[in-house]
Amino acid sequence: MIPFDLGLDLFPLLAATLAAIACGVLGNFLVLRKLSLMGDAISHSVLPGLVIAILITGAVAVGPVMLGAALAGIVTVVLVELIKSLGRVESGAAMGVVFSILFALGVLLLQRASAGAAHIDTECVLYGQLETLVWYDAPASLDALLSFSTLQHLPRQVVTLAAVAAIAIAFTAVFFKELRIAAFDAALATTQGFNATLMHYLLMLLVAAATVASFEAVGSILVIAMLVGPAATARLLTDRLLTQIMWSIAIATTAGVVGYLAATAVPAAFGLASVNAAGTITAVVGLLFTLALFASPSHGFVMRTVRRGRLSRRAAIDDVLAELFRAAERGLDRVPLADLTASLAGRPVRAAVRTAAQRKLIQTSGAELTLTDTGHRAAARVIRRHRLWERYLVDRAGVALDHVHDPAEQLEHIDTEPPEGPDRDPHGRDIPAE
Amino acid sequence: MAVLADIVETMTFRAGFNTNVVIAGTTLLGLATGVVGVLALLRKRSLLADALSHATLPGVAAAFIVAGVLGMEGRSVPILLLGAAASGVVAVLAVHGILRHPRIREDAAIGLVLSVSFGIGVIGLSYIQTNVPDGAGGINAFIFGQTATMQPGDVAMMATIAAVAIIAAVVFFKEFAVVGFNDAFARSVGWPVGGIDLLLMTLIVLVTVSGLQAVGLILVVSMLIVPAVAARFWTEHLRTLLVFGGLIGAASGYLGSVASAVFPRTPAGAVIVLAAGAIFTLSLLAAPSRGAVAAVVRRLALRLRIAGDHLLELAHDQSADEIEATELRRIARARGWSPPFRAAVLWTLRRNDMTASKPGTTTLAVTDRGRERGARVARNHALWEQYLIHYADIAPSHVDWSVDQVEHVLDEELVRRLEARLAIDSQAATR
Repeated sequence: MIPFDLGLDLFPLLAATLAAIACGVLGNFLVLRKLSLMGDAISHSVLPGLVIAILITGAVAVGPVMLGAALAGIVTVVLVELIKSLGRVESGAAMGVVFSILFALGVLLLQRASAGAAHIDTECVLYGQLETLVWYDAPASLDALLSFSTLQHLPRQVVTLAAVAAIAIAFTAVFFKELRIAAFDAALATTQGFNATLMHYLLMLLVAAATVASFEAVGSILVIAMLVGPAATARLLTDRLLTQIMWSIAIATTAGVVGYLAATAVPAAFGLASVNAAGTITAVVGLLFTLALFASPSHGFVMRTVRRGRLSRRAAIDDVLAELFRAAERGLDRVPLADLTASLAGRPVRAAVRTAAQRKLIQTSGAELTLTDTGHRAAARVIRRHRLWERYLVDRAGVALDHVHDPAEQLEHIDTEPPEGPDRDPHGRDIPAE
Repeated sequence: MAVLADIVETMTFRAGFNTNVVIAGTTLLGLATGVVGVLALLRKRSLLADALSHATLPGVAAAFIVAGVLGMEGRSVPILLLGAAASGVVAVLAVHGILRHPRIREDAAIGLVLSVSFGIGVIGLSYIQTNVPDGAGGINAFIFGQTATMQPGDVAMMATIAAVAIIAAVVFFKEFAVVGFNDAFARSVGWPVGGIDLLLMTLIVLVTVSGLQAVGLILVVSMLIVPAVAARFWTEHLRTLLVFGGLIGAASGYLGSVASAVFPRTPAGAVIVLAAGAIFTLSLLAAPSRGAVAAVVRRLALRLRIAGDHLLELAHDQSADEIEATELRRIARARGWSPPFRAAVLWTLRRNDMTASKPGTTTLAVTDRGRERGARVARNHALWEQYLIHYADIAPSHVDWSVDQVEHVLDEELVRRLEARLAIDSQAATR
């Protein structure tokens, strides 16, 4: 049984998960538009906006803090564009300049202000202060928890995060079509009659709001991980944007819950002191991403390698059959294996021969190979594709006669059928009938 | 005035040994980061350095813990820096590994590696905080920097690293330039691109790790990026860029550490970056050709010239030697000129001797130069129209719209060529 203390753990868990969801949803569009680092930049540069707002109002009030963060976010976006166009530097460097300077300004202001009433310090900015969200008079039973009065005890941070997460989801739902077009083709978006630039700024505003709301609870580092991580992971799992967003929400939630428990309850179960929850949540994000990177059924490295291996084995069998067919055309019915391995160097010939023999496509006698009848038909299909492609490349694509073999060698293995043509290839050889 | 005296005293190295050590150290660090930053910017590796610097934290924490387990002094700086360098390199390798996947782009890879490795560092840090008495103090310094602890030995290290960076930039100048501007070309003609990138990465790791103590891991990347981008505004030449980058970096280190020494409760790391930021802002605004002010002036001058050209062309088309005030107002309204802009247009025309005011009236008289200019603009206009219709396949009804914008930038050589072509064309047409 994992120890879970309602008073100590409920609000931090809620805050972490809500922050993860708010950032995770918006992150989808950042990742698609190659703006991940804009999330990084904004999460650094909202700091001075936040500190100035706190300095002016003298307290951590939601309204001014959000306003300050939003302003800082807009300033960041505008400055990055300005520096990119005037300095003609890549956007990464331009972002680097802006967030460095603004973050340094924030650190300086924070240091100067730390004697004042501000309840925020540099440590909190980086790692957040999840652990301080304690519910002192938490109910002892689950029934009491499910009553309406629980809502009254929710700390300000949790309420803010819930609101921001709701707004982020609502924004995505309402403007899904616009966001999608703007993400994939901003120029098309403009011709469709809505303002892609406005969409961009709205998105950045929301990122700034989500960033600053998450700031206090989980810190700026987790914010970056949450903006980028769930979306990038989801992108490895699906090709559809809506599914990707759903996945990213699921991943963000998992990371929030699992990460938080890994920081508090799991060490406690082993009698150890808890570690920083923002850190473990980030680590879980990294773990999930790594998992997807390797093991995603559609896009993971492992399946890609498997698929590539399958394709190369299939291609090698085709190649072996085609070589035997060509030899038969020259009057050689038996071809020594050594000749094949020499002419098809670099391809898995031996494995292909073994498989082809198992499928009764070829017959082996000693070290010599012969096509069976089935093998001959299969080989004729490969040769037909090869020679039709050569015909196409010479006649329609204008490829020189002595250059067509290699591209045709690749095209013969893909599933697309070559266009029909005359019954002789450009070299004058017969194209076998279907 | 006392503050001023303080500043002068600190700037001239008379504020005590410790302060001098800090000033010398940060200046040298700025020099090194400035030079390496230019090389990184050229190769578009600025934000990879950001990932690298954040990723030093888990290395520092791990080195601290491992050293403690092995019974060594965990706070020993060389051990911590070694750990920092190791995990920084691992992070860079991780970014490269992730980039092998076609669906994950560089920005996402950098963002992920940066935050996840920092998060792991934070876990280590919180572990140390609770399990090693008084342990985290030494490590926290790596996050925001602790310039005040700088020793003469550190200054020697900074000097060495700055020297290494400068020597590498000078010796391998051509290599860095070729690979930075066109790596595909460099590879195709047999330059060892991988080796040069490795050298650059080594330099970035060196300056990042050596800057950890002084400005902290979050801001050390600023010292790589900000001086380099600031230098970019002043020059188009790589050699000058390197010099400027180094100088701006050094100046930031120097000014920042002086300011931090004079004013109490100012974290040196942040102030150094802000000094770099001030120099950057100055460059952004005031640089002669790239700066924002210059750009605004240039654009305004172009707009004024085009507007003036329109007026002169109109006068030419109507074969008028003068433009009456009422007519002028009408044109201004039609063109959407604001009254100040109209005044500026007229002022520019008069200044260039294109027009003169007729004594005693508000009518504008076109001078000989103005007539000549108007004729030339009109001819260019006509030529472009012809060109666009005959050569560029633009519908006649759409011609004038695009012509208005280009006639003012047409150079004379092109005009001659166009005239010759069109003359042949029209001869052929009449035959």
